[in-house]
Amino acid sequence: MRVKFMLNGKQTIVDAPADRRVVDLLREDFGLIGVKECCGAGECGACTILVNGTSRLSCLMLAAQLEGVEVTTIEGVAPEGSFAIVQQAFIDCGAVQCGFCTPGMVLAVLDLLQRNPQPSSEEIREGLSGNLCRCTGYQKIVEAVQVAAALLKGRRA
Amino acid sequence: MEVLFPRTLEELKELFVTYPDGRIIAGGTDLLVQLRKHGNKPSALFSVEHLEQLQHVEEKETEIFIGAGVTHQQLWELPIIKNYFPVLHDAVAVLGSPPIRHSGTLGGNLCTASPAGDTLPPLYVLGAKIAISGKTGKRCVPIAEFIQGPGCTMLEQGEFVTGIQIPLPAPQAFSAYYKVGKRKALAIAIASLAVMLEVNPDETVKNIKLAWGSVGPTVMVLPEVEAFLKGKVLSDEILSQAGKMASLGVKPIDDIRASAEYRQCLTANLLLRICRD
Repeated sequence: MRVKFMLNGKQTIVDAPADRRVVDLLREDFGLIGVKECCGAGECGACTILVNGTSRLSCLMLAAQLEGVEVTTIEGVAPEGSFAIVQQAFIDCGAVQCGFCTPGMVLAVLDLLQRNPQPSSEEIREGLSGNLCRCTGYQKIVEAVQVAAALLKGRRA
Repeated sequence: MEVLFPRTLEELKELFVTYPDGRIIAGGTDLLVQLRKHGNKPSALFSVEHLEQLQHVEEKETEIFIGAGVTHQQLWELPIIKNYFPVLHDAVAVLGSPPIRHSGTLGGNLCTASPAGDTLPPLYVLGAKIAISGKTGKRCVPIAEFIQGPGCTMLEQGEFVTGIQIPLPAPQAFSAYYKVGKRKALAIAIASLAVMLEVNPDETVKNIKLAWGSVGPTVMVLPEVEAFLKGKVLSDEILSQAGKMASLGVKPIDDIRASAEYRQCLTANLLLRICRD
């Protein structure tokens, strides 16, 4: 079936089986390999994308469900060759080790900061509880979110 | 599999005629995992995400009607849920994870009918009724009748849930949901307890409803424990006695998450949290 949607800010039309998983569509058909697949069952958050600004799991979505929506993957959070504030904060705080969870984690942070621009560390942990990281122990990720939140606040002021 | 998007309940009914083996997909957080694992795919999925009649919440004078397609996140954000139904608010706060709550729906959690479904014990203690629609008309049944076993509901081919009807609790009623899992998020309950409590001016129990999750084939309700607590002043000692009765009444199993014995122990100990709140 033909599916028309916005992908990282670009109007996109794709011909795909209606029941093709969105994670496969994005990785294999569009080459957006920042979308990671790990558990394939909604338990790890590696495949997180933003759908109309809300974090969703691309392993639990079908191509047909993309009709008319806006999708953002990690490739679309900043202009090519630059980093978004949240990404830069992850780098500066050492919140990236193997990097596999990072794309999903960053997108989950964008959803969180949009709902709650100044989260407490408890709220950060709660907001990112759907994204597993096996390297960092989360502390540096929490710090990165605090740094990003402070920078974004400064920018709004 | 075809994926179709009915816009009205009538269209959904017709789809069940055209594709008798078709299945409804709401958030897909359980269904898509199941289909992938067991591979027994229906010819079509009917996505209800654009079916507006299932997305609304209606606040009436004595009850609330929650459309089956309302997501856990939407429920959690509603002031009426927070103010009048803390037990349901607690449950959707610990269900899955943020992205799961952004997709998963109350109707979906109900129809999955897992003994560990987080919204089910709250719906039992709240006295929820399930509104069902199908080719032969409409009916409305208490949740305890609706859920028939693990993964099993009374829905017949072509029938679907349109919403959940819950009476407003008494204004002073206390309610809460307690869950024990391996970790705080993304954890299937090892045991859980929903409580709905009304206390007399002399602090004796006027009314108490209890429902345990994950300690039997479906949600467990133990009328003998409720009867024992009625008229008593709640204390650790009384709740421990009730806990002993409860641990004998539930029917837990050993599985990868915990042993039956541990679950019996939790069944009793979760009651003690009532006095902590």
